[in-house]
Amino acid sequence: MKALYETRLMFQRSLKHTVRNPIWVFLNLFQPLLYLFLFMPLLKSLGGVPGLPAGKTVQIFIPGLLVMLALFGSAFVGFGLVDEIRTGVIERFLVTPASRVAVIAGRVLKDVVVLLIQCILITLFSIPMGLSVNIEGFLMSLLLYAVIAIAMASMSYAFAIIFKSEDTLASTLNTIALPISLLSGIMLPLALAPLWIRDLSKANPFSYAVNASRALFSGDIGNKDVIIGFIIVILLAALTFWWAVRSLKKMAA
Amino acid sequence: MNDQFIIETKDLRKNFISKSKGKKKIVEAVKGINLAVKKGEIYGFLGPNGAGKSTTQKMLSTILSPTSGEVRINGYDLAKQPQQIRQSIGYVSQAGGTDSMSTGMENLILQSLLYGLDKETAQKRALQFTDRFQMSSFADRLAVSYSGGQRRRLDLALGMIHHPSILLLDEPTVGLDPQSRAYLWDEIRNLKEEGITILLTTHYLDEADKLCDTVAIIDYGEIAAEGTPAKLKDDIGADSVLLGFGDINTSKKSGEILSKEIEAQGVKVEDKNVHLYIRNGERELPNILRLLDSNNLIVESISLSKPSLDDVFLKHTGRSLREDDK
Repeated sequence: MKALYETRLMFQRSLKHTVRNPIWVFLNLFQPLLYLFLFMPLLKSLGGVPGLPAGKTVQIFIPGLLVMLALFGSAFVGFGLVDEIRTGVIERFLVTPASRVAVIAGRVLKDVVVLLIQCILITLFSIPMGLSVNIEGFLMSLLLYAVIAIAMASMSYAFAIIFKSEDTLASTLNTIALPISLLSGIMLPLALAPLWIRDLSKANPFSYAVNASRALFSGDIGNKDVIIGFIIVILLAALTFWWAVRSLKKMAA
Repeated sequence: MNDQFIIETKDLRKNFISKSKGKKKIVEAVKGINLAVKKGEIYGFLGPNGAGKSTTQKMLSTILSPTSGEVRINGYDLAKQPQQIRQSIGYVSQAGGTDSMSTGMENLILQSLLYGLDKETAQKRALQFTDRFQMSSFADRLAVSYSGGQRRRLDLALGMIHHPSILLLDEPTVGLDPQSRAYLWDEIRNLKEEGITILLTTHYLDEADKLCDTVAIIDYGEIAAEGTPAKLKDDIGADSVLLGFGDINTSKKSGEILSKEIEAQGVKVEDKNVHLYIRNGERELPNILRLLDSNNLIVESISLSKPSLDDVFLKHTGRSLREDDK
């Protein structure tokens, strides 16, 4: 109970920061919007290749784009934490009897809220471009993105606590995020890829998330891909969250 | 351990492991510190940067775990009862820890809530503290806009909001203008009047001298000397004569001659200067000058002073704390 209450306090504080400086919520939307307007039209003429049925490119592309937003949008939240470590804010929290879990969980929850707003906005933009939305599937997919955000944000925070430096954090996160997105079939379906890339992508937890996202958008909620996707990202989120909390506890020691 | 002491440590140690070029090296930051801080006093760690002051304080504040040794604070064992210690202490780090994207008021209220106070009390305390630390005019602005002095007042209020019986202050007045500094000293004295025990670190001699009841001189992770500032200075038992020379050779030569010919309690050569600790410095001064003159050693500057804490520091560590500030 105490930890939940403190998580709420930390969440409110982080959310207030975001509301005071909402520019980042929209700056993060810029990249997916560029993909939407400048890249998706290219796919139209590709329709008919394996994994990309003619006339359904929007339906395939948007669910992948949303996973990418969840990945990249949450991957860089650690920068804010580095700053608060440097200015002693985190240390001040650690001297209070407040729960260490709450310090991380409050931030992660804020990241989830920001991401969900972004996902809803991108989806709304995509409807005029021909996206059809199955409400049930869409709500489930939001849950999926929320779990991805928990996983990526926690990882970002763990690295932030360990490195305590923006430069190291930036290069590490870029090094991790780029192969993850290339090997998840976000831009183009992996059905187009040579066999070795497809094999490689099986080691990437987010390729299952992309499959799940596509199945959910097509309204196929009970699909095996959905269940596998959820299980994998939930396990990943639990692991990275635990890692972030553990890093915080060991921060000074 | 003794009831009279609110903070006690026994052989407190902290080792860090530093890795350079793949080799692991153990750095002993704190090498066996024994502390006995009396209830209600202002206790100061005086030492240069990197002496282990902050590391020791971080261990006392529960955020850094000791490598070995015992710590008792307010009757609680650090290893077993960190939560009780957290309730008993307030800690203001050198960085302060103000959340600059929140207002002063929000900072204070959240801090209270994190210490388990209810909303109403938190609100009341925040108002009390903005009043007490004269922050009312800016408490509703985002902390990012505060001046150094304003920010420091908020830091102090954040450390005090849960009414701790012990306050740990890490370099409380670094970088402050003289006016803010004087204000903070007054506030620290007021807190002492209220019965709060204060343990602060500083590398300012005057801060240790004027503010602290007990000073521990700390260098290379060890306490080199401890006592009231008056006692530490008295222990030197001599005036300090500082002779300045044109070059290092002359100062070295002078040092050698002076230690042979003059009955001094200590002669220390430091760069182009020679420090001489001597009883009745005024009367000895002509003899010293005559001696140097007859050896053709030219003195460029002379000063004679009653011992300061810097002399105490020099006596116990072999270097001057002032040099460190340059």
